Amino acid sequence: MCGFCPNSTTVSANSELTYDSKIEGDVIVTRADAVINWIRSNSMWPMPMGLACCAIELMAVAASRFDIARFGAEVMRFSPKQADCMIVSGTVTYKMSSAVRRIYDQMAEPKWVIAMGACASTGGMYRSYAVLQGVDRILPVDVYVSGCPPRPEALLDAVIKLQEKVKRERSFSKLNTA
Amino acid sequence: MPKALDAIAALKGAIAGVADRPSLDQPAVNVPAAGLVAAMAFLRDQHGFDMLVDVAGVDWSQGVSPRFTVVYHLLSTTDHDYVRVAADCRDDASPELPSVTSLWHGANWHEREAFDMFGIRFTGHPDLRRILMWDGYPHHPLRKDFPLSGVDTDLPDREVVAETRTNAIAAPMVGGPFVASQGEINMTDAEPRAKDESWNERRPKPGA
Repeated sequence: MCGFCPNSTTVSANSELTYDSKIEGDVIVTRADAVINWIRSNSMWPMPMGLACCAIELMAVAASRFDIARFGAEVMRFSPKQADCMIVSGTVTYKMSSAVRRIYDQMAEPKWVIAMGACASTGGMYRSYAVLQGVDRILPVDVYVSGCPPRPEALLDAVIKLQEKVKRERSFSKLNTA
Repeated sequence: MPKALDAIAALKGAIAGVADRPSLDQPAVNVPAAGLVAAMAFLRDQHGFDMLVDVAGVDWSQGVSPRFTVVYHLLSTTDHDYVRVAADCRDDASPELPSVTSLWHGANWHEREAFDMFGIRFTGHPDLRRILMWDGYPHHPLRKDFPLSGVDTDLPDREVVAETRTNAIAAPMVGGPFVASQGEINMTDAEPRAKDESWNERRPKPGA
């Protein structure tokens, strides 16, 4: 019998390391950052910014063979308001660059960017008067994917990398310090 | 006698100043700018060259006169024969040609492209705007005096420029051009690489 709480029944020491609802009830104790980042990283809705041949690989990633749904990122949203992660897949021309930036600005925070392929990362082989030399000149890029175009597995790896990055972020605790 | 040669012979009689043009494949003619639309209408209506396949600009580079030429390819869909028509722009500084959009609506975008890339103005064109580069771009990129890497230029969207502090820059051409040269390397297992690898971002170009 516990002296401090007279109504409680005696509980033997829990030998299990995992959560046991029979013992602890419907309460989980964790950090807010961990929960929020867990939610964010496992339902990351992409904004497909398909600009060139990389977009074909992006489509393959979304299709059944590679299946980006395994990582909770299958809901491609063509409205920036509903998207979390812009996948810039293809050559960004100067003429298109302001549209890309505007769509990024219309996305709601928090938001991330994957630069898919050589062109989006550096301008690629287009050392030319018409092509933006890397989308990181106008957007804050989180993950770069090499390849021309990258294999679908490479983009899946980028999604996993981005999830790892999101899980390390200070999402809630940042609000207290800001 | 092939249809095209037939048509060219008739065209010489109908329009003044039409001359044969050296060509390795299809029959070709040079047409004076003033008679261009009449010649095209003649070929289309009298000789069945009903399809405008292509409109291409040529820059023969600075110092050459005439500097700009526009080349048209016509196809007769009934006789399956091609003819090439070339017209020189008389003014080298501000090249101009009459538009053939009155004959083929399809010429609209072709002429806009030639205007965008070479700065050739097509008089009588209904909507002569740039088609590939953005409105307000000050250069014509396919002219011989324009560098492949481009020149520093303001981007059209002022807000984006203010936000990102980015403008169109001359593309880095370190060691370029980046090509896979035929014969030098095995084309099947080689990627395009810099012609001159003796310099890079950290090491300046020797003798420059």
